[in-house]
Amino acid sequence: MPRIRWGKILLFAACLGPVFRLGWRAWNRNLTANPIEFITHFTGDWTIRLIVAALAVTPLRELLRLPSLIRYRRMVGLFAFFYGSLHFLTYLWLDKFFDLHDIVKDVGKRPFITAGFTAFVCMLPLAVTSTAGWIRRMGGKRWRKLHRLVYAAAVAAVAHYYWLVKSDIRLPVLYGTLVALELGYRMLKAAMPRGAA
Amino acid sequence: MAGWGTFPPNNRLKPHNYASSGIKKLRSIVENIDMLIRKPGDIPYSEVTPKSVYFNRRAFLAGVPAAFLTSRLARAGAKLPNLGKSPLSVAGEKITPYNDVATYNNFYEFGTDKSEPSVLARNFKTSPWTVSVEGNVAKPRKFGMDEILKLAPIEERVCRHRCVEAWSIVVPWAGYSLSALLKQVEPTSKAKYVAFESYYDEKQMPEGRHAGIPLPYVEGLRLDEAMHPLAMLCVGMYGETLPPQDGAPVRLVAPWKYGFKSIKSIVKVRLVENQPPTTWNISNAREYGFYSNVNPAVDHPRWSQAKERRLGEFGKRDTLMFNGYGSQVAGLYAGMDLKRYY
Repeated sequence: MPRIRWGKILLFAACLGPVFRLGWRAWNRNLTANPIEFITHFTGDWTIRLIVAALAVTPLRELLRLPSLIRYRRMVGLFAFFYGSLHFLTYLWLDKFFDLHDIVKDVGKRPFITAGFTAFVCMLPLAVTSTAGWIRRMGGKRWRKLHRLVYAAAVAAVAHYYWLVKSDIRLPVLYGTLVALELGYRMLKAAMPRGAA
Repeated sequence: MAGWGTFPPNNRLKPHNYASSGIKKLRSIVENIDMLIRKPGDIPYSEVTPKSVYFNRRAFLAGVPAAFLTSRLARAGAKLPNLGKSPLSVAGEKITPYNDVATYNNFYEFGTDKSEPSVLARNFKTSPWTVSVEGNVAKPRKFGMDEILKLAPIEERVCRHRCVEAWSIVVPWAGYSLSALLKQVEPTSKAKYVAFESYYDEKQMPEGRHAGIPLPYVEGLRLDEAMHPLAMLCVGMYGETLPPQDGAPVRLVAPWKYGFKSIKSIVKVRLVENQPPTTWNISNAREYGFYSNVNPAVDHPRWSQAKERRLGEFGKRDTLMFNGYGSQVAGLYAGMDLKRYY
C-alpha cells in the first residue's frame, strides 16, 4: 500500500482555502460594492503570494537543511498558476468581456497589463511540463533550464502589481523585496565556487 | 496591513435601498443582472443606518463643548429637514444603494483600501468644525458648520459621480451651489482660482502616513468653474448629513470632473491669483491634470477612460463627455485643447 503523504494533502487543502473563502463571500453577497474588482484583486493577491512561496522552497530547503521540502514545490507552483488563471480569466471575462480587439490593444498599450500578461505566459509552459513524464522526456537539465522562466514570471508579476497601484506601494514593494532576496540567493550561489558554503 | 483579500467584512452596515425607488422594481432589476450583485433590503436607509456606527457618542460627549450639543445637525448621519429637490438633479438614473456609497471610499487619510475608511473614520471628530474662507476676498472669515448649514437652502441633488479608476455611482447629495459661500466673502478682481484644503491630523488619521500622497489633501478649481451652479458645497447624502468616510461634515461635489477633484472634509477655501497645486497632480502630474474633467477620449496613461463600471452593474457602460454634464459645462472650456489640459 502506498504511503499517504499527509503533508501534501494538508498543503492541497490549504492552497484551496482561498477559493472556498471567495466562494463563501460570494454566497453571502459579501464581495464589496465592486465584486469584480474584489475578485480580480483577490485572485491576483494569491497568485503573487504563491509565486513568492514557490521561489522560497529552494532557499529554505538549503538554509534549513530540509531537502524534503522539494516534494511540495510543484504543488505550490501549480496553485500559483491556478490562481493566475482565475485572475487572467477574471480580466478576460469580467473586465473585457472577451473583446479580443480591446484585449490586444490593452496588452500592447498598458505596461501593467503587458507585465501581467507576460507573467501568465511565462507560467503556462511550466504548468504544462510540471509532470514527471515531462521531466523524463525533456531531461533534467533542459527541464531545469526551462523552469528558470519562473524568475521572469516573478519579476513580471511584481512589476504588474507595482505599476497598477496608485500611490500606496507598500505591498508591491514587500513582494518585490522577497523576490529580490530569493533571486539574489540564487545568484549568489551561482557566483560561488562549487562546493563552497 | 489590510490586503485586498484580508479585510474583515463590514457586517454592521446593512444594505438598504433608496426610499423613492420602487422596491419591487429595483429588486427585479438587480436580481436579473447577476448573482454577484447583492439584493437591496426592504428597509429604507434612513431607518437602518445605525447612528452609532458612524459616531462614537462617548467621544462626542467628552470632547465637545455643551453649546455644540444643541446642534442636532452637527452629527454625522443626522436627518436633514426640509430638503428641497434640486432642478440640477440628473433624471432617469438608478440611485446607487447607500451601503455601497458608504463602504467603498477613496479617502486615503483613512487607509488606501476602499473598505477601510468606513471602519477607520468611524470616530472622526467633525464637530466643532469651521471652514476658513480667505485670500483675495473683501470679507475673509471663518464659517462654523451651523452657519454653513444655513447659508442657502439645502437641496437634494442627484449626481453622477465618476472615479478616475473607471467606476461610477449615482448619489443624492445634499447641499447648495458653492457660489453661495463664495459670494459671502466677495472675491476681488485678483481672485482667479479657488484652492481647497482638507482637514489633516495624524492622530485621527494615522493611516495618512501610508497614503503615498502628500497631505493635507489640496484641490482647486478655476473661479468660473467654482461659480458654476453645478459645483456644489455638499453637507449630506441620502437625506442625512455626511458620514465621515464620504467627507463629513462638508465637501465639494464637482460632478463633471473625476471624483478626486471633489475634495472631502474641507477646512480651508482660499481665493488665489494663480493656479493652485492639487494633490494628485503633485503626486503624478502626467497622470492627473489640474482640470481632470471626465473625458472618455483622453485615457489615463495606465488605463482607458472610455468605459466605466457603475457599481451594482455587471457590464460596463460608455463614459460620457463631462460625465454627461456637457450641455451645462462645456462652455467653460470653449477653445481649450482638452488633451493638453487634461
